[in-house]
Amino acid sequence: MALKVLVGCKRVIDYAVKIRIKPDKLGVVTEGVKHSMNPFDEIAVEEAVRLKERKLAKEIIVVTCGPPQAAETIRTALAMGADRGIHVEIPLDQMDTFQPLHVSKVLAKLAEKEKVDIVMLGKLAIDDDSNQTAQMTASLLDWPQGVFASKIDKTDAGLEIIREVDGGLETIRTTLPAVLSADLRLNEPRYATLPNIMKAKKKKVVKMTPADLGVDMAPRIQIVSVEDPPVREAGQTVADVDDLVAKLKEKGFSSA
Amino acid sequence: MRGVPQLLSRAKHIRVGFSASEPVLAIQAGILQPDKFTQTFVQIRGLKSSKVISQAPLTAVDIADSGKQLKQELEAIVGPGNVSSGESVVLQHGQDEGPHPGKSPDIVVFPSSTEEVSEVCKICTRHNVPIIPYGTGTGLEGGISAVEGGVCVNVSKNMNKILQIHQEDFSAVVQPGISREMLNQEVRADGLWFPVDPGADASVCGMCATGASGTNAVRYGTMKENCLNLEVVLADGRIIHTAGIGSRPKKSSAGYNLTSLFLGSEGTLGIITSATVCLHAIPESVAAAVVGFPTVQNAVDTVVMTLQCSVPMARMELLDEVQMKACNEYSGLSYPETPHLFLEFHGSESEVESQTETVRDIAADNEGGEFQWAVQQEDRTKLWTARHRAYYADIALRPGCRSLTTDVCVPVSALPDLVTATKADIAEHGLIGPMVGHVGDGNFHTMLLFDPADPEEFRKCKEVANKMARSAIALGGTCTGEHGVGQGKMALLEEQFGKDGIDVMRKIKGALDPQQLMNPGKIFSRK
Repeated sequence: MALKVLVGCKRVIDYAVKIRIKPDKLGVVTEGVKHSMNPFDEIAVEEAVRLKERKLAKEIIVVTCGPPQAAETIRTALAMGADRGIHVEIPLDQMDTFQPLHVSKVLAKLAEKEKVDIVMLGKLAIDDDSNQTAQMTASLLDWPQGVFASKIDKTDAGLEIIREVDGGLETIRTTLPAVLSADLRLNEPRYATLPNIMKAKKKKVVKMTPADLGVDMAPRIQIVSVEDPPVREAGQTVADVDDLVAKLKEKGFSSA
Repeated sequence: MRGVPQLLSRAKHIRVGFSASEPVLAIQAGILQPDKFTQTFVQIRGLKSSKVISQAPLTAVDIADSGKQLKQELEAIVGPGNVSSGESVVLQHGQDEGPHPGKSPDIVVFPSSTEEVSEVCKICTRHNVPIIPYGTGTGLEGGISAVEGGVCVNVSKNMNKILQIHQEDFSAVVQPGISREMLNQEVRADGLWFPVDPGADASVCGMCATGASGTNAVRYGTMKENCLNLEVVLADGRIIHTAGIGSRPKKSSAGYNLTSLFLGSEGTLGIITSATVCLHAIPESVAAAVVGFPTVQNAVDTVVMTLQCSVPMARMELLDEVQMKACNEYSGLSYPETPHLFLEFHGSESEVESQTETVRDIAADNEGGEFQWAVQQEDRTKLWTARHRAYYADIALRPGCRSLTTDVCVPVSALPDLVTATKADIAEHGLIGPMVGHVGDGNFHTMLLFDPADPEEFRKCKEVANKMARSAIALGGTCTGEHGVGQGKMALLEEQFGKDGIDVMRKIKGALDPQQLMNPGKIFSRK
């Protein structure tokens, strides 16, 4: 019973880049800035590829919702071992208002259309830190969810997943089909090698728009402002304890 | 205490006076350190046999001015924010990661371009002040110690760009601020990697300066095989390109091989401001293996036979039983306490499988124990944990101690004898000295542990290290395989090369650095 896996990946600003706020304070500077695949999505792709290597999966479809440049992200996933790609194109100027709810609707539609058994996502994207897409996708599909997965195993009835939670590790069992999201310790992703990069160029990538899937792009959230964290004020050196107490009183911290 | 000739060569101001009672020459030698100006009374018995007979600190204001003037000139080039003589700054720039205490420079500058580096050198040449290039400070032989004070030129802070990546040509051009991990992060998306791995996250240009190597050298070569071109600023400020301006062919017969000359010159011939290095394809498949042996001889025999079978090993590391004990204790492992080989295979899936089979058989033929191996990234990481944490495991053997890490390289066949002799020496001196070796190259390190508060123990460590290096030379090897000479091995260099060999090196040094300003006190002492 080999599974069909749909893996979502997102093109984000590279984790090593120093982020700068745009002058209009409605977002961050993305032009000319290095982008790469969201690290958690790399882990998701890696897990899907390993499922195929273990002969538990038979086909991996990678999907991204993003601007034309996101085609690179799909190629990276194909070089890692995915079989084919779907690029849901969003114009660059609409990326800011394209939000997790839209992505979830796209993924849900694709999951049904492609008749997949597992939707595998990264647990969150490092640019918006939303941690919503996997959960909303599961809800739209009414499928079980195994999020923050750090180990995934197939059982006769479905899947056994170990999840990273605040208190430690939680083991759950789900039926199939299911939505999963990858946490940090799930695996260490492989590097794409040159032979695989070359093979990836021949793999099929289909382009479409959200409208093709019947998904309404209207934003539900409006970004009001984006600001830097407040600049840290210089500390004040105090001469002795009396001085410290006096300063604390001055600032209104002492009741005495 | 420096000799009179050095003092005079560095003197900015010389005021001469004669004492009425004795035939002495009073020389006020203003050098660079405002609090260290000395009034030196020199008894003259003819120019050749002058002797310093007493010294006293001066508070000459006009001598301090010359230091100020140097600082102003430097600030005019790099900007006032990029010149510092602050205590913590100079302290940090004089001390590397080795056990030798370093001396702080007087001033640290942070240039932002090759042209600025050139101007800084011109200024230092005019003021006759030493120049010490600084990358990441991760060296182990005291290469950045400002033995005669001077200006430390930190070329990594502001010059930190990857200038070019040529995917199809497998090369990249980097500035000194790019470390090897930064370079790898940048090129991995293209399926490429930079394979020279000395352990520390060193500056690639710094690795060129020390002729660095690492665990992958057996297959991918050292820095010498992976550097195509260097942009170098000489002491007088001239900028040269060792393989040609903008050149990056894989081979060339044009002119003298200047690239080879500057590789490993440890900052004594010029400052490297950019390096063109080779990249390699990330291997399609990687497997790791670990196998133990009753003796070092068994392990080395396995290595020699493997090489003779032309197995293109990517990594072959030998850890002795002391090291294995340290690793077990530190990482909670349970390897038998015998010499072990840590191996890595690169290639296509089928190649890796067949290589592993071949080596497994060879190991078994040489009394090898259990052959553990792994393919998955996390399993390989676990298998190699012992080797990766070797240094920390060693330090943990005696908490609070530091390690004098030696490094020699001999023909592989000579390795078992050298290891045995060194072990006997270590035991005789009552020291602890785990060993780790890039055995495929015949290169190995001993981590001699010493209590930093016990100078006698440090002396013993130095004695053992020295003996090991001298034995290596006698066995047809070299006193340093990858760390460089720095200050620690200067005496051994003449033994290895002979007087005439060293003389040729000195002549080259004299031609490129007539004022002896480039990183003085390294590789060989001032004549």
